[in-house]
Amino acid sequence: MAVKLEAKGVCVEYYQPRTENRLLAVDDVTLHVMDGEFVSIVGPSGCGKTTFLGVVDGLIPASTGRILIDGKLVTGPGRDRAVVFQDASLLPWRTVLGNVLYGLECQGINSRQARERARHFVEMVGLQGFEHHYPHELSGGMQQRVNLARALVVDPEILLMDEPFAALDAQTREVMQEELLDIWRRAKKTVLFVTHQIGEAIYLSDRVIVFTARPGRVKDTVPVEIERPRKLAVKRDPRFLKLEDQVWELIETEVKKTMLTDRSVRSLPTDAQRDAGT
Amino acid sequence: MSEEAWRAAEGASRLRTFYAKHDALLIGIGTVLVFLLGWETAARSGVVNPLFTSAPTRIVRAGYRLWAEGDLWRHIQVSGTEFLAGYLMAIGVAIPLGLAVGWYKRLYFCLAPFIDALNAVPRVALLPLIVIWFGIGIWSKIVVVFLGAVIPLLINTFSGVKITEVRFLKVARSFGASELRIFWTVVLPGTVPFIFTGLKYAAGRALLGVVVGELYAATAGIGYLITVAGSSFQTDTVFVGILSITIAGVLSVELLNRLERRFDRWRPDARSRP
Amino acid sequence: MPSARGFYLENERAVLGMATVAFVLVVWEGLTRGWWLWRIEPIFLSAPTAIARTAVQLFATGEIWADLGVSGLEFLLGFVTAVVAGIALGLAAGWHRQTAFALGPFFSALNATPRVALLPLIIMWVGIGIWSKVLVVFLGAVVPVYLNAVAGVRTADPRLLTVARSFGSSTPRVFWAVVLPGAVPFLLTGLRLGVGRAMVGIVVGELYAATAGVGFMITVAGATFQTDKVFVGVILIALAGGLMIESLTRIERRVETWRVKVGAAA
Ligand SMILES: Nc1ncnc2c1ncn2[C@@H]1O[C@H](COP(=O)(O)OP(=O)(O)OP(=O)(O)O)[C@@H](O)[C@H]1O
Ligand SMILES: [Mg+2]
Repeated sequence: MAVKLEAKGVCVEYYQPRTENRLLAVDDVTLHVMDGEFVSIVGPSGCGKTTFLGVVDGLIPASTGRILIDGKLVTGPGRDRAVVFQDASLLPWRTVLGNVLYGLECQGINSRQARERARHFVEMVGLQGFEHHYPHELSGGMQQRVNLARALVVDPEILLMDEPFAALDAQTREVMQEELLDIWRRAKKTVLFVTHQIGEAIYLSDRVIVFTARPGRVKDTVPVEIERPRKLAVKRDPRFLKLEDQVWELIETEVKKTMLTDRSVRSLPTDAQRDAGT
Repeated sequence: MSEEAWRAAEGASRLRTFYAKHDALLIGIGTVLVFLLGWETAARSGVVNPLFTSAPTRIVRAGYRLWAEGDLWRHIQVSGTEFLAGYLMAIGVAIPLGLAVGWYKRLYFCLAPFIDALNAVPRVALLPLIVIWFGIGIWSKIVVVFLGAVIPLLINTFSGVKITEVRFLKVARSFGASELRIFWTVVLPGTVPFIFTGLKYAAGRALLGVVVGELYAATAGIGYLITVAGSSFQTDTVFVGILSITIAGVLSVELLNRLERRFDRWRPDARSRP
Repeated sequence: MPSARGFYLENERAVLGMATVAFVLVVWEGLTRGWWLWRIEPIFLSAPTAIARTAVQLFATGEIWADLGVSGLEFLLGFVTAVVAGIALGLAAGWHRQTAFALGPFFSALNATPRVALLPLIIMWVGIGIWSKVLVVFLGAVVPVYLNAVAGVRTADPRLLTVARSFGSSTPRVFWAVVLPGAVPFLLTGLRLGVGRAMVGIVVGELYAATAGVGFMITVAGATFQTDKVFVGVILIALAGGLMIESLTRIERRVETWRVKVGAAA
């Protein structure tokens, strides 16, 4: 198997003009994803996962380092990648179908087949009958499913998924996880999947990459050597539980770090934070 | 309790629920009726001089007469033409310019001083200049209507573009949308509600322009009708003119509200704000 | 040592703005002096230098002060009464439904009519002295002040009201302690809109029929083709309006930061 995606020494620094602060969000991340591999990233909130996905998609320029796909340098968004955004970010003036079609339209595809394809994916995420609803008429979980369909419909080689199931109820989430694995297996996609749920990460992935607290670095990589296809019952398998413990221990210290710094920040609010908070 | 008393009580309670349900309308209509009746009575009994104050029935009669003679319609046509021409020109300039100024930061930096300056001047103060430049015919009114309407529409369109949500831009960029497509699918739809607010506000300014322009220097139009009638103490006619303007204002806002609702189905709170 | 490019990037807005303004002023001046292909009579267009000269002269001779004084007085009388009446009626209508129902139709009608259309009537009733202008300023400003005051009271958070009531606050206390502070930003918005309407009222009132005032000066100057003087008047009006709006915006910002601080401390 070939390496599909490679990140080499990626650093991202945000510049806040208002406070003239530089904030290091991602620090020297080097990792790779094989062709057809399913890799998850877990890490404490605010550690730079979304930022890193943005760099991989080409939306955010890396301050240093680079992203290679099939050995070629990434300079901007491309058809080979699609993002399932953390906040659904559906265009409020488009219906469900219009939103799912949007990616295809952007690529200049607007045929009858395109509409059929969009309809198919709307059905796949269980939203048949809601094709002509506007986003504000949908629940948070339904919006998130449209978001997923919008990324899947353009048939990308690499799916970049930013907590796609976080807003779903437990049952729907499990159904969607099954669907995702199914698509992944059939269409041979490469997936980079961000989640806060350790169980979800292990259940879905070939490898779980743990990020440190901000600035995000690769703390460790945990391979998941559980044979596929995995049944739901696998979540009670001793191997699964052991992996869960292992990942949780890695993250725990990091989460504690962010909580501590957050509290120290809260007791001494700066003007900027006060502005931002209200 | 006797049957009759019971009936009466029931009737009274029904009346009370009817009142509770429609109190806004009832109180509103009530006060307006009292006001009109008071006005009419005062004028008829000679408490006030109807030559100065007119009276509701006199106004209705004058309105009917002016309409039947075709005078009113002639003035409405002139004012309407001025309004429409100036307003449409303002739309033609303000929306494209507002979009451009919102999108290209440098263009905004160049034009900001002029937009701010024009915004600070009540445009009607420019009338003496406009009359020098365009004469007292219909064009001076069209220009003042245009100037009145163009600024609020421009500023609203501009603000709409400014607050385009970054996350939508990210989605579009991620799918590789061209700048042009981003503009049509993300920037413009998000700006539409702002454009409508601007259109409504601009309609008010345009109406003001028509009236003031015609009060100041004109040969026809509703404003002209009012001035002439005012200086010859035809108070009834003055009121007819004012009422026509009010009706025009209400109608144009109502029309725009309707139009807005057709564009607005995707919004969670389609309730338009003033 | 900052480079020229760095300086430009830091102050892009100011640099570009000033450059365009300077460009337009030079073109304008040149048009009336025949620097470009054709020349426009200064009597039609005036010119930046001519306007500046006239302004200096008007202030130096003190000629302008009388007009400014009259306009200022009209504005002050009309605006202050409008603010008092608009806020009083607006608060009452916002708090007490029936009052709102009774006043509603009148303010809606007034709002739909450009108040300057009433000028011929007003002149008939109170003459062409300052009182006609005071009245038209009042009518112009009172509507936005009233409408915003009503909106301000109505947006009082019902939860806050319940909390205050459950602590046994009396109605007047709830009004003063909870409703009024919440309405302040709305009142200020009303004032800001009111200033704009009042300026329109002054100008149009004086254009239409007056014996003194900046608007009157503009009319006379316009009728006698003293274009420079017209421009001076227009600029003065813009400055006065801009100044008032700016100070109200400052106050608004003050009030907003105060609200933020309260929110952060709680
Ligand atoms: N546009 C921005 N400008 C400045 N700072 C930013 C910006 N976006 C994110 N950050 C900062 O970068 C850090 C990483 O943010 P990011 O959104 O990547 O975190 P995350 O790991 O996705 O968090 P979560 O799990 O809560 O979604 C945060 O501390 C955040 O404050
Ligand atoms: Mg995130």
